[in-house]
Amino acid sequence: MRYPLITVLTFGAIAFGVTACGGDNGTTPSADAGGALSGAIAVDGSSTVFPFAQAAAEGFQGENPDVRITVGESGTGGGFEKFCAGETDVTDASRPIDEKEEVPVCNKNDVEYTKIQVANDGISIVSNPKLKIGCLTTGQLKALWNKDSKVSDYSDLGDGIAGGKVSLFGPGTDSGTFDFFTETINGHKGDTRKDFQPSEDDNVLVQGVEGDETGLGYFGFSYYEDNADRLNLIEVDGGDGCVAPSRATIQDGSYKPLSRPLFMYVSNKALAGKPQVKGFVHYVVANAVEAAQTAQIVPLTDKQLTAAKAVLPAA
Amino acid sequence: MSALDPAASSPLALDARATLGAARRSVAVRDRLFVALLLVLTSIGLIVLAALLIDTGIDGFPKISADFLTSFPSAFPAKAGIESALVGTLWLMAVVAAVIVPLGVATALYLEEYADHLKWWNRVVEVNIQNLAAVPSIVYGILGLAFIVRGPLGLGRTVLAGGLTLSLVVLPVVIVTAREAIRAVPPSIKEGALALGCTQWQAIWKQLLPASIPGIATGVILSLSRAIGETAPLILVGAATFVAFNPTGLDSAFTALPLQIFSWISQPKEEFQALAAAAIVVLLVVLIMLNAVAIWLRNRYQKRW
Amino acid sequence: MEASSTSVREVAPSAEQVLGAAQRHIGEKLIRVVLTLAAGVTILVTLGIIASLVGETLAFFQDEAVTVKEFLTGDTWTPLFSEPEFGIRPLVQGTLIISLIGLAVAIPLGLGTAIYLSEYAPRRVRQTVKPTLELLAGVPTVVFGYFALTFFTPKVLGDLAGLDVSVFNGLAGGIIVGIMIVPTIASVAEDAMTAVPQGLREGAYGVGASRRQVSTRVVFPAALSGIVAAIVLGASRAVGETMIVLIAAGQVPTTSLDPTGPMETMTAFIGATGKGDVPTGSTGYKAIFAVGFTLFVMTLLINAVAIRFVRRYRQVYE
Repeated sequence: MRYPLITVLTFGAIAFGVTACGGDNGTTPSADAGGALSGAIAVDGSSTVFPFAQAAAEGFQGENPDVRITVGESGTGGGFEKFCAGETDVTDASRPIDEKEEVPVCNKNDVEYTKIQVANDGISIVSNPKLKIGCLTTGQLKALWNKDSKVSDYSDLGDGIAGGKVSLFGPGTDSGTFDFFTETINGHKGDTRKDFQPSEDDNVLVQGVEGDETGLGYFGFSYYEDNADRLNLIEVDGGDGCVAPSRATIQDGSYKPLSRPLFMYVSNKALAGKPQVKGFVHYVVANAVEAAQTAQIVPLTDKQLTAAKAVLPAA
Repeated sequence: MSALDPAASSPLALDARATLGAARRSVAVRDRLFVALLLVLTSIGLIVLAALLIDTGIDGFPKISADFLTSFPSAFPAKAGIESALVGTLWLMAVVAAVIVPLGVATALYLEEYADHLKWWNRVVEVNIQNLAAVPSIVYGILGLAFIVRGPLGLGRTVLAGGLTLSLVVLPVVIVTAREAIRAVPPSIKEGALALGCTQWQAIWKQLLPASIPGIATGVILSLSRAIGETAPLILVGAATFVAFNPTGLDSAFTALPLQIFSWISQPKEEFQALAAAAIVVLLVVLIMLNAVAIWLRNRYQKRW
Repeated sequence: MEASSTSVREVAPSAEQVLGAAQRHIGEKLIRVVLTLAAGVTILVTLGIIASLVGETLAFFQDEAVTVKEFLTGDTWTPLFSEPEFGIRPLVQGTLIISLIGLAVAIPLGLGTAIYLSEYAPRRVRQTVKPTLELLAGVPTVVFGYFALTFFTPKVLGDLAGLDVSVFNGLAGGIIVGIMIVPTIASVAEDAMTAVPQGLREGAYGVGASRRQVSTRVVFPAALSGIVAAIVLGASRAVGETMIVLIAAGQVPTTSLDPTGPMETMTAFIGATGKGDVPTGSTGYKAIFAVGFTLFVMTLLINAVAIRFVRRYRQVYE
């Protein structure tokens, strides 16, 4: 071959060009008379809500094959940033929008939104199966986890608590779960003792607790559910007795205070201007329970479902 | 006598004399030990790779099927597949290759053949490139979001934006290895061409570049290998994790294999872990195929001077 | 015979004339411009990085909770706690420790492999092993991270070596980072050694040197420029690695030098916080840019030193 470099590059360029001349990129929204929608929908945000959003998106795209829906996992903060820059139509969030930092950005860019609760989530406290702790009060949790805590053995927390060298695991300091736990148990966001092992990935936390005989940690409920046979679940006493987290107790709020709502924020402009977005959001609310079950997330109660439907403009 | 003995003053001469003496046997022993050491060192890398592949393969292989390759991601593990991620990755690699080969080789040529090294701005360029190689890929993600997705280029969350961002991540590697490849060609090759009347560019194009193809190919292989597995910059640039369609053009939304792998690995359901392993195996197969092309090029042009 | 040698002498221009003519052609000038522009792109990239980092870094330091003094000299890094502290030293330390462990692993493995492939291995072996190693370079770093966490730490460090390491530890992170950069160092160094002219080797063999002596005393020094480039490239990659350390080394910023415990690197902090739920615009988020900028400056210094070293010891052969 006399001119190998040129040949390879030309080949590449041709192949590239052929594939690049694809069909439409789906940015123009439209709605058929027959009811099937088309167009693009951009969803992004919390990785906790992601399984739910994915289940809903999959179902919706199944019914409307011409819609091009994408769901990202940039995190609640990253999601709001893109949402308030007008780049996404829907953002998933494991916490409400931050009044101080994020709302001003949305206002600056004229992004108005509608907030919808789509599911519930709970944080489970678990320990290694060898560390048999049955129940802890919120006071004991605070004593264990707050930033000035000097507890070095679990038995220091109270009578009847099993003994063991304190070895703690928890979500990373940048995660919504961390924020929620520290604010709810210790009183302030970010108020925590320093000597715990954080990880971004809850699966890794499961492994950490499993591998450490005196390990204790907290993470999202679905991660406990999938590993229930390898972990010891600790009930939480929020003032009305020891309650174990479960679908039912998280939904009706009896597992307190470690239950929290999960949200989707929709851009009003997209709701009004893009029929496919409106269709999607209605689909989400109509199928919220089923999607949550597929995603192994705690679904809305009937009352919450009614409230969600009421928030939306008419179909 | 020593004036006539050409080897007398070189360090090698001392060794040569030593080998002729009683020290010969100990040198031979050291030779054998050295080879043994080299074999051990080489094997360790390969053993770790084998462990990794076996560990992944055991989990992943059973899940690979035609369905897996032609289905889209799903919340149901039984239905989930990687078609959109696989096609997305191929698109990205095409963009990256199309960008880094001309840009990287051109920059390397400039630095080796045209730049006056005494000028301070050329030294700045050199130091700059090596510095860029150390910048974490997530910083390139920030850069990509600010200037390629938004900002002056304003391409949006598209394949082209993702490909360009990845190209920036690996460009320094291509430049550095291309430079070394060009530098390694003995100057006599180019000077011979010039002496016969070639212009500088003709000498480069017809003699220097073909001779440096093996090294350049190595750089491109390493770069594509790196780019194919990058996750963090793609997330920042806006690649989604759930995309149930193949990219329809350079301006289409997309997803990629490493994103899918990372997403599945973080799911609580056990079945997704196996899917992640299967996706890793597919990624490696794509990598082997990409590499095979570049390796063929390299072997074809490998010369010993 | 005589006639042709005379004509060659008449026709052949001087070297200066040739090179001058070779460069004056208008096409040549154009090519020169194009290549210069290409090199200019890299400068643009750096300017872009600086532009995207500096703005937020300055905003970070303007925040009341942060002082430059604390940033540079403080020894606690807890930017997202309720009472945040912003001393970057633990992160810098984590980065340096893990990178050094990684290089300690990668340099012997990489160079050993390079010498073997270039000087000892039969052609067939080289053509199989080299691509296999490059495959190692393609494994996504996420996979390496999980491999380190789920296999290397418990099975190799825990069971095989009997070390008492915690689940997340700097040693596993560092070693696996090292393994990850072995293909980079090995491939580039091996190319450099292969390119050493055969005449040099033959000369050494001719005076009775053994293969080992040729490899270590002739080829290695001759290829030193390429070898150092390989190591610097590997070191750069080690310093900038995010996913492996994020998953396997943990996220506890510490000033302890003990690699059997968890430690956090600058990149792990950027990676974790960047993908997390922190509101963009908060001090914690801006810390990402400040850390990124510090990382950038640090690597600039390392590379400047390395380039100076290379320039002094580079040998040109003919």
